[in-house]
Amino acid sequence: MKAPPNTDVDAALALLAMMERIRAFEEQALAAAEEKLVLGAIHLSIGQEAVAAGLVGALRHDDILLSTHRGHGHTLAKGADALAMMRELLGRRGGCCGGKGGSMHIADFSVGMLGANGVVGANIVIAAGAAQGIRLKGGDQVVCCIFGDGAINRGPFLEGLNWAAVFELPVLFVCEDNQYSALTRTTDTSAGPGPAARAESLGLRATSVDGNDALALADTAREIIARLRTSGRPEFLHALTYRQTGHTATDPAAYRPAGEAEAVAQDNDPITRLREHLLLAGCAEDACVALRRDAQREMREALQAARDTDWPAESAAFQDVQDVGSPAAEAY
Amino acid sequence: MTAMTYLEAGKQALASAMRNDPMVWCVGEDLGRGGVFGQYRGLQEEFGPRRVADAPISEACIMGAALGAALVGTRPVVEMRFSDFALCAVDELVNQAAKARFMFGGQCRAPMVVREPVGMWRSSAGQHSQSLETWYAHIPGLVVACPATPQDNHDLLAAAIRCDDPVVYMEHKNLWGLEAEVDTGRGPVELGEARLAKAGTDATIVSWSATLHAASAACEALAGEGIDAELLDLRCLWPWDKTAVIESTRRTGRLIIAHEAVSVAGFGAEVAATVAERLHGQLKAPIRRLGAPRAQIAYAPNLEDQLRVTSDMIAAAVRESITGVRT
Repeated sequence: MKAPPNTDVDAALALLAMMERIRAFEEQALAAAEEKLVLGAIHLSIGQEAVAAGLVGALRHDDILLSTHRGHGHTLAKGADALAMMRELLGRRGGCCGGKGGSMHIADFSVGMLGANGVVGANIVIAAGAAQGIRLKGGDQVVCCIFGDGAINRGPFLEGLNWAAVFELPVLFVCEDNQYSALTRTTDTSAGPGPAARAESLGLRATSVDGNDALALADTAREIIARLRTSGRPEFLHALTYRQTGHTATDPAAYRPAGEAEAVAQDNDPITRLREHLLLAGCAEDACVALRRDAQREMREALQAARDTDWPAESAAFQDVQDVGSPAAEAY
Repeated sequence: MTAMTYLEAGKQALASAMRNDPMVWCVGEDLGRGGVFGQYRGLQEEFGPRRVADAPISEACIMGAALGAALVGTRPVVEMRFSDFALCAVDELVNQAAKARFMFGGQCRAPMVVREPVGMWRSSAGQHSQSLETWYAHIPGLVVACPATPQDNHDLLAAAIRCDDPVVYMEHKNLWGLEAEVDTGRGPVELGEARLAKAGTDATIVSWSATLHAASAACEALAGEGIDAELLDLRCLWPWDKTAVIESTRRTGRLIIAHEAVSVAGFGAEVAATVAERLHGQLKAPIRRLGAPRAQIAYAPNLEDQLRVTSDMIAAAVRESITGVRT
């Protein structure tokens, strides 16, 4: 990698810090799953941190984000509290959803993170409507909707992109392409030239970016989001990355060609790449090492605090079901 | 009081809600042309295309977009055209809208009304005729309303729009032209409160939606024979007015439930089971359920009629409940 002439070292360090936090969070989540502290499925984003940090970091605090079942990184990057997230993964009191959603439904409305989603592609249509609602309210927030490469084969992909184009809504649709639809290579089950071409066929401006290059992602995202905020029109971003782990924490991913994941971890890991870039730009190695150490400590402490937290009160099982005909009121 | 149709009453309730709250808006196919039944006629002229939005034929996106818009603080009214088509949007309604508030730990509400016209009218066959209200009554998080009269189509729609829960709002296609005196200035009704359609002492009939009118005709026929049946219009299936049904059945000792939907696992079964649990030993006769046979709805009118619950069938069930003799 050649040294870039104009690296904003502080901005790059901030990106690296977020990526290290995401990686450390995922590593602790994996440890917690192996210890049976996380009881349900979790989907880790190790290897995809550049998308979360680069893209989400380019959003305003009050911009809206919708994410996928693999959404821990996006949620952290949007500004959610790591301890509240870890508590949610463990199903504990004080989790960001009170322990009622778990990993796949993690959300923090206070930072504009309107939810991960357990159904592939389901967030695409919700994102389109969120933008429509914001326009009705007279707001200028944009909506960022992240989905995986598997989602491009679902109906809501077509419906949601067409909708945003027809109604001229400021939604950035991001295909975070980790190359696998659960346990199957996406290219084996997808016709045509790929996600960006599908978006372009609906009249959306589409950009492709190296999803493991955090700096390129951040620059591209900033540019697109600025454009979106003035044009009010949707755009599409295809970020090619790689899922370094299995589909879930318990998936050994034996279906992958031998050596594929190892090669990516070796040569195309987004954190390593950004670190090397920073070193070439003259950043002290100590600064990078410190970021990793701090991130690991933060997330270790978050897991420790989460495991020391109580389960939710049992009455919470009947809270927030609904107002009218609530089981809390009528004990049906 | 003004004479108006069921269709007009719903339209007035929506228009009034939109005038009072700029966050209320509606979205669906063909709304700018008044909607498929004319229930939105004139609204786009008054409120503009942003608040009366013409959607592509994308049921999943109509429903999902409404949820997204609800999550950021607006109050969408969704038009599904036919309840049959809403099946294209079941993920958005059942997995997403019904669960958002709970799964996210109370961080949000999903105040949206999903209008799903139901029922047999004439020769519309299997994909334009179903009554699937029970499906949604089964789903925690949803409210289900099935208005039978112009007054209720006004009052229940107004209540549904005010409600912070997602409401599946099922108008019956055969009732659009039904006309009656409507008081548009009546106070808000409670979702989940039954309406006493006719007081009586000899048997309790529970019904809703279009079948309510068949039950009402049955009551008239029975009155001519000296049988004084009580008729309750359930109006909402979730929540449903257990108190009213149990109290009435306790007095009359007899219960007949009549609905258009398939009888098997229909909501009549829920009503019957609940009353049996509470009033076993106080009933004078077995509870009767009347619903459609478990068969697809045919196009040919004589075949379609095989599935209908008629006033004669309801009257016969009441007589049998009283005499113990099946006629």
